[in-house]
Amino acid sequence: MLRLSIKELANQLQLGKISSAELCKKCQDRVQALEKLNAIVTTTFEDADQKSQQSDRYICDGKARHSLEGIPFAAKDTFCTKGVRTSCASKMLQDYFPPYTATVVEKLQRCGAVLLGKTNMDEYAMGAGAIDSIFGPTRNPWKYPYQSLHDGKKVKGHDWFISGGSSGGSAVAVATGMVMGSLGSDTGGSIRIPACFSGVVGLKPTYGLCSRLGLIPLVNSLDVPGVLARTVDDTAVLLDAISGEDLMDSTSVPDPCDSYILPDEIEVKGLTVGIPKEYHSPGLQKDILHVWSRAADIFENAGAKVVPVSLPHTQYSIACYSVLCAAEVASNMARYDGIEFGHRSKTDSSTEALFAESRHEGFNEVVRGRIFAGNFFTLRRNYQEFFQHAQKVRRLVTDDFSKVFNNGVDVLLTPTTICDGMTYEEFNSMDSRTQCEKLDVYTQSSNLAGVPALSLPIDLSSRGLPIGLQLIASCFNDKKLLMVAKWLEQQVNFPRHRLDEEIEELEKKR
Amino acid sequence: MAPPNQLVSYFDAALPGTLPVLNKSCVEAGVLTALALSCKINHKSLFDRKHYFYADLPAGYQITQQRKPIATDGHLTFNIYEGKKKDQGRCHRVNIKQIQLEQDSGKSLHDDINQETLVDLNRAGVGLMELVTEPDMTSGAEAASFVQELQSVLQTIGTCDGKMAEGSLRVDANISVNKPGDPPGVRTEVKNINSIRFVKNAIEFEIQRQIELLEGGGSVVMETRSLDDSGKTVPMRDKEVVLDYRFMPEPNLPPLIVYNDDTIKSAPNPEKAVNIDDIKRRIPELPEQKRQRLTSDYGISYSNATVLVNEEGLADLFEELYSKVATKDVKSVINWCLIDLLQCLHDRNMTIPTSPVPVSRLVDVLNYLQSGHLSAKSALKLLNMLFDKDSRSVSEIMSQEDLQQINSPEEVMKLCEEVMDEESDMVELYQTNKKVINRLMGSIQKKTKGRVDPKMARKIMEDLLER
Repeated sequence: MLRLSIKELANQLQLGKISSAELCKKCQDRVQALEKLNAIVTTTFEDADQKSQQSDRYICDGKARHSLEGIPFAAKDTFCTKGVRTSCASKMLQDYFPPYTATVVEKLQRCGAVLLGKTNMDEYAMGAGAIDSIFGPTRNPWKYPYQSLHDGKKVKGHDWFISGGSSGGSAVAVATGMVMGSLGSDTGGSIRIPACFSGVVGLKPTYGLCSRLGLIPLVNSLDVPGVLARTVDDTAVLLDAISGEDLMDSTSVPDPCDSYILPDEIEVKGLTVGIPKEYHSPGLQKDILHVWSRAADIFENAGAKVVPVSLPHTQYSIACYSVLCAAEVASNMARYDGIEFGHRSKTDSSTEALFAESRHEGFNEVVRGRIFAGNFFTLRRNYQEFFQHAQKVRRLVTDDFSKVFNNGVDVLLTPTTICDGMTYEEFNSMDSRTQCEKLDVYTQSSNLAGVPALSLPIDLSSRGLPIGLQLIASCFNDKKLLMVAKWLEQQVNFPRHRLDEEIEELEKKR
Repeated sequence: MAPPNQLVSYFDAALPGTLPVLNKSCVEAGVLTALALSCKINHKSLFDRKHYFYADLPAGYQITQQRKPIATDGHLTFNIYEGKKKDQGRCHRVNIKQIQLEQDSGKSLHDDINQETLVDLNRAGVGLMELVTEPDMTSGAEAASFVQELQSVLQTIGTCDGKMAEGSLRVDANISVNKPGDPPGVRTEVKNINSIRFVKNAIEFEIQRQIELLEGGGSVVMETRSLDDSGKTVPMRDKEVVLDYRFMPEPNLPPLIVYNDDTIKSAPNPEKAVNIDDIKRRIPELPEQKRQRLTSDYGISYSNATVLVNEEGLADLFEELYSKVATKDVKSVINWCLIDLLQCLHDRNMTIPTSPVPVSRLVDVLNYLQSGHLSAKSALKLLNMLFDKDSRSVSEIMSQEDLQQINSPEEVMKLCEEVMDEESDMVELYQTNKKVINRLMGSIQKKTKGRVDPKMARKIMEDLLER
């Protein structure tokens, strides 16, 4: 049952072949069986039981609210959920129970989707590996557990591949069938990177298409709520539920598209696919380069026009991202002073000491480091040189995309990451800044430009890890993006069953 | 007033994930104020974050407009009175540098004994309009007059109730001193001044303090000060360090666009957009315009017009009374408004909007006064009764309380003769001292409780005495 797509499950629910309660129970069992992967940090099983029974009644009465009725989902622990702990994987919020629910979560719930739990992430979404969490790292189910080789000998103890982050928990939960879809947030690649490493579809919609209300911010001007699912169709159905203007988010806009439900017959003849030459970076893994050119060939063979394009400011993008990210982080994190909510230090010698200690105790080193950098970049004497300069570069990066799309390119095809994955050991040996620079290299520029981008699993690497490619469209062409992705998905036939088999083995071994 | 922390939205408490939404009424109030102060309105303005850590600032930053405020380059012209009698005032102009929209913070209460700080967030997040003037004032009195005029303008256009004691209007005064010809000195800022009198006092104190400091060989430190209970300015705690507010754009609020009649059609959502021309059409007559009009329409003095305009609702009432009374005698209407009516109101701590007396009854009193049926004294007495909520009609009160003025010559003559009989010694004295007549007039008024027409009585009495 857990191998089925949302579309298939919805069908079976309608036909009465399965019940939502049954489905939720299966999902809960899987969550428990794969606890080791550390994908879900807070479960909401009791509430899910009630909600799934309610969904069954709706379905029974022929009053299903949406094709998501009775479908289990999970939300990254950065989306506020009323009465359910929302920690951002930080000590600062480890006892924080929000009094309201994020718009995108509420929208899914109003469609009848059943929240099963909150997923693991890097603290405050600052990271690309989902390892910097107070709950410990999330583990990639592919090749789990992994025994590293050193000088031809197996290294003692188990290592494992990172899930990618920061929405690692959301990716793993979907990959392993704990839930059928999940919500993530993407500021520089936080949905697409874990989707890529975990072999699922990850969509960062256009900035402004989905409400950010209730998404605990990393960088307001870059953050986008998005979805992770096993197929493009599932991704589309989830987007269909969460998109749209929210009067409480002034940066959201009316949805230009009536429905994101995709047709089955898609034609790419006459489509122009751009291949940005700057993405041929020296560190790109051979396997990935191969998959990338294979995909380009697939398009060309189907009658699409594949053209090399240039995004000349790509190389400056990551530095620009670092500055803007740190600056907004410093500002956004200022509210965590231990007064109204969040961790409060026992220090009481003065208000200033209380602020300082609460913040020191509540945040990890990565968060503190970015705050420190951000404060530096926005000092009056540095504002122009760093912040304003970075904003100008952001404009140039955005213009790069606009030019390409205005010149007739429909979608860009790029790798999602430069490698097929990294073991925890490998990844953990780098500092956070290097980690992000390495993993965010192909993803963060679409956040700077606000354009929609999607990572699609294409094939397995020589060591059996998923390889994803990224498709990017122009702003508010999310549906076109999904259609192209669905077409490519149909052509490549990603061997998802390999993971399903591994997982079912793991589940049995428990 | 609501108990502390009872009016706090999730956004006001800066709960994670909450977002700001611009309040349209605040934008309209900003535009209206900008128009009333002859400002240039920015069709596109921007919001910024101003960062500082303070217990009553939950987000750690205030959303304000630093780079591009909603309006700039305005001015306010007004008369300054320096307290001398019969001062006609002198005209002064203060330029307005900018008007910015921002959020208010909460309030902190420091409990020094228990070493605690209490925070009330009721006020947090409320829309604020900050007006920044150019350094165009040179004394406490000038600043006080400016604030008074501004208060009057804001009340007239309804963008602020102007209640300084309640904090609806607060003043931060920046003060520096310099010798003629020298550039301005180092300034200090006195924050949160909450009455017009305190504006004057705080500035005068601070000017004096700075002069003494400089003349004693010291120097002024740029700092934030507050006014203590004894009227002295003292350095504010925690705010001595020069802060770098690390301004940056507010990413959650897109630029604010305001439109006019020509551009409103291009607005993405014209019903929700703010149209400057629409607001312009709604601006009521401003205080200075009203004073000018009153002096020219009614021929009253500028200072009388000022009193009429300064007392909320009085100018309108004056105009209404004048239009409704039978005898169009400006002098009697204005005098009655400025003396009797104001006295009745002030004695009861009332204002015209809270007055219990309908205009129609005031017109009745004024008509009887003008026609001679009521003496000035009786009219005041009657007015007091009306303010004490006497529900009888004016004519009923007059007859039942015997307030009708005695103005038949026969009756007055009779009263004069009675008094002359009773005070024959005074009549005798009159032959050597004519001033004695005043004494006799006093007796007549006493006898009739002030109901006799004094002019007529005096004339008759004189005739009788000279006979």
